Amino acid sequence: MTCKEFLALLDDLIDGTVPSETRAELQAHLGRCPHCEVIFNTTRKTIEIYRSHEIYELPASLRDRLHAAIMARCKKAC
Amino acid sequence: MPTIQSIAGELEPHPDVALIERVRGGDISAYDTLVRKYERQLFRIAQHITQNREDAEDVMQDAFLKAYEKLDQFQGNSKFYTWLVRIAVNESLMRLRKRRTGKMVSIDEDIETEEGSVPRDLADWAPDPEQNYNQAELGEILRKTIQGLPQGFRIVFVLRDVEGLSTEETAETLGLSIPAVKSRLLRARLQLRERLSRYFHRKKAVKETGVGK
Repeated sequence: MTCKEFLALLDDLIDGTVPSETRAELQAHLGRCPHCEVIFNTTRKTIEIYRSHEIYELPASLRDRLHAAIMARCKKAC
Repeated sequence: MPTIQSIAGELEPHPDVALIERVRGGDISAYDTLVRKYERQLFRIAQHITQNREDAEDVMQDAFLKAYEKLDQFQGNSKFYTWLVRIAVNESLMRLRKRRTGKMVSIDEDIETEEGSVPRDLADWAPDPEQNYNQAELGEILRKTIQGLPQGFRIVFVLRDVEGLSTEETAETLGLSIPAVKSRLLRARLQLRERLSRYFHRKKAVKETGVGK
């Protein structure tokens, strides 16, 4: 397996959607190619960091104000 | 977050269906429940697309109002949440268009068509690299990094990886083909990874690089 072929299946490997025989080939490539190993580990970490850190939080006070405004507009539209 | 259905869930109606029926029957408190359930997600998505807090506030309000007014058109073929996200994405793009005085804005903006090259990288990240920054610094790094992505990649990454929509739902929401979603997702992930590497490389004295310097 070449790096290009590995990369084409990187998302499926990260998302756990590859069949087991393909997974074994991908794992074998990872064992041989330190470049792809770094790409795989750091891409997975990238996703994990974005998932676990809410970068656009809705503060409670703003949330309450917006929520009230939405419901008032919906009631008016009834 | 959207309710994660059990394996048997496919056979059971999504809990939103009962709420929608109540709203259709005139029970506005059921809509209050739906708004409360999804307002944070819609705000985040709108903020990611418009990159402006006031616009995100307006988009969120307009999207929920529009969904309420058009609830009769909701067929139930897709999840209510996916339908709602589609409205919010369209509202966000309209808002951007207004700000740019009518210039067309689409999710295809800034998309290069050629295939990216195979990245080569031997410099691994530090273990738990985010620990080298405080919350405010890390938030700034993550915002700046994702804002630098082309819009069409950013939206796909946000829906798929941050908000947890499936590839199929993302494709349906954005009106893209499944291969297009997959290709954009891969390139979004790789570009974000590369940009974050500046801050997270093991060998660099990351503290000294600072944010925006």
